[in-house]
Amino acid sequence: MRVLAAMSGGVDSAVAAARAVEAGYDVTGVHLALARNPQTYRTGARGCCTLEDSRDARRAADVIGIPFYVWDMAERFHADVVDDFVAEYAAGRTPNPCLRCNEKIKFAAVLDRAVALGFDAVVTGHHARLGPDGLLRRSVDLAKDQSYVLAVLTREQLDRSIFPLGDATKAEVREEAARRGLAVADKPDSHDICFIADGDTRGFLAARLGEAPGEVVDALTGAVVGSHRGAYQYTVGQRRGLHLDRPAPDGRPRYVLSITPKTNTVTVGPAEALEVSRVRATRPVWTGGERPTAPIECEVQLRAHGDVVPAAVTLEADTLHAELRRPLRGVAAGQAIVAYRPDPAGDVVLGSATITG
Amino acid sequence: MAYLDHAATTPMLDEALEAYAATAREVGNASSLHAAGRRARRRVEESRERVAAALGARPSEVVFTGGGTESDNLAVKGVFWARRDAAPGRSRLVSSAVEHHAVLDAVDWLAAHEGAEVGWLPVDGAGRLDPDRLRAELTAHTDRVALVTCMWANNEVGTVQPVAELAAVAAERGVPFHTDAIQAVGQIPVDFAASGVSALTVTGHKLGGPTGVGALLLARDVPATPLLHGGGQERDVRSGTLDTAGIVAFAVAVEAAVKGQQEYANRVAALRDDLVRRVRKAVPEVVFNGDPTDRLPGNAHFSFPGCEGDALLLLLDAQGIACSTGSACSAGVAQPSHVLIAMGADDDRARSSLRFSLGHTSTAADVDALIAALPTAVERARRAAALRIPR
Repeated sequence: MRVLAAMSGGVDSAVAAARAVEAGYDVTGVHLALARNPQTYRTGARGCCTLEDSRDARRAADVIGIPFYVWDMAERFHADVVDDFVAEYAAGRTPNPCLRCNEKIKFAAVLDRAVALGFDAVVTGHHARLGPDGLLRRSVDLAKDQSYVLAVLTREQLDRSIFPLGDATKAEVREEAARRGLAVADKPDSHDICFIADGDTRGFLAARLGEAPGEVVDALTGAVVGSHRGAYQYTVGQRRGLHLDRPAPDGRPRYVLSITPKTNTVTVGPAEALEVSRVRATRPVWTGGERPTAPIECEVQLRAHGDVVPAAVTLEADTLHAELRRPLRGVAAGQAIVAYRPDPAGDVVLGSATITG
Repeated sequence: MAYLDHAATTPMLDEALEAYAATAREVGNASSLHAAGRRARRRVEESRERVAAALGARPSEVVFTGGGTESDNLAVKGVFWARRDAAPGRSRLVSSAVEHHAVLDAVDWLAAHEGAEVGWLPVDGAGRLDPDRLRAELTAHTDRVALVTCMWANNEVGTVQPVAELAAVAAERGVPFHTDAIQAVGQIPVDFAASGVSALTVTGHKLGGPTGVGALLLARDVPATPLLHGGGQERDVRSGTLDTAGIVAFAVAVEAAVKGQQEYANRVAALRDDLVRRVRKAVPEVVFNGDPTDRLPGNAHFSFPGCEGDALLLLLDAQGIACSTGSACSAGVAQPSHVLIAMGADDDRARSSLRFSLGHTSTAADVDALIAALPTAVERARRAAALRIPR
């Protein structure tokens, strides 16, 4: 079987490629060039798409002994991930660009190109388990588990994906990389958003969306309690950086409760007003078995590395409803809701959808 | 493996390898005054004479360098600086749109950092320069041109330029003319004196010599400011301890390549013509790029409509066939070739291109291997390209 290993230049994808070779696959390594101008993206070990990362990936491929190429995915990435990121914020939502990159780039544009070129599957270094039963499960390393950002993948996408690292902890992966002589063994993990060079998301959005001054309104009194320079700079659940002119009458902290792009208003209120018990989500994907026709009891996660709570999930054609058994705070539109079935062999991803409210 | 990328680098000739190994075993710095140094110096000077004789130059016109990029930089920057220093208004460079990046980027750097003005000469659809355009450019900027630099033969599409005519036009105006002849030496007849050029770049690893050694043939009356300062080993225009073994092997390779050029060209051009004929038959939509007759004997360059060159390269590589997209790499990502763009190709055609370059070790079996693998590769590359978002 011919497989394409997506190699970011980090330790995970390098070990994943090496494991795929050992598993008997005919492996070709590919580094995805995602930046139109590589200098504008994060440099050094913190990002995932710099010249240095490309060189690290090439060296890892040399050590593993596989062919290596760079694929230019910059245009696609810009259209499907970066522009989408900006548009989502402009619409008052909070996108997850890593999830979008998996959905549109790694397991779509790259996978489709690979299949057209005669490859059977794509190998990545994601921390998640995907066994012969075709079920996507959490990694054994719960701190590094990436099933949340993979839950968006369809059955067809999963059928052509290989995640060799799901049964390893991050520490084990690093150890194995060192044993294999991969220089990236101690390369720091990447953090934050790879296409925002300085980590300043607000500045990045402001440069693209411009200043749009508006009011910050208290949910309880309806009073204007502050001003902002762009509603897109806020996320539901945010407490810091609100710069309110007037403190709440009870002196308790206030949080962003909602963002209304139409009126360019940011609404704030007390913590308990953030609590949500019902979640509605759109564009559901269901890969954990038959699509349920009646409400099912499972667990849900509403943001990356967020809390997991029991819920009753109802699946309709284009919508997913969840009744949370315990209220959660800071549920933001644009994030994914992922439904899991608890399982001692790794919680199984049942399905996922994009939160609308 | 079918190695069809001789224009990138070609295997060293046995006699060059042996000369390298034999010389590298001897100790001696060619600048030392003792017997060991004198022996090294003798090897260098014998090599200088061999290179000069093979290329129609005088020994004193041979400046050994660290290879083609250095020779191009020395010619472009060195002559520009020296001529501008002699006459401050002389700050214009004339070059072509299809140069190798070693010239292109040196010219761009002078424009960005030294205030040079640049006149870029266009090419026609076959990649050929027109001497009349050079004449018009020199007429329009009389006395302001420091240097004209135009390659002898193009590294991507293989088009051979009318160098003697271009050099004659420059000579009419008394402007020095540099040519990057890296792809030409050993492939077609190259004679420094007869061509009328004042500076010529040649490098070892494209003609069976080692990588990292080359020369700039530089007429004695053309001043050049050094790029590398130090011991002044080469005519005070280039410093650095002479690479005796590399220079000896380089000279052996130049001599062999020039001596065997006609026979080589006949043999390789026949193989190349066979390759072109069979590629056209296998993929009828293919577009053959470059000049059909005035071209390097080993070069075949095609656009494959509906494909991306990098996908084809990957697929052919998997079948043991080495070729090139012929384009410059920036950040490891293929940019559409400036040469094809200058020839009037659009981005898609430029990105759909592949260069197959044959050389002294090429055989009919290499061509057979390519033709066997090509149809499947083209079909798959087409499927992959169909997935692209429209530009």
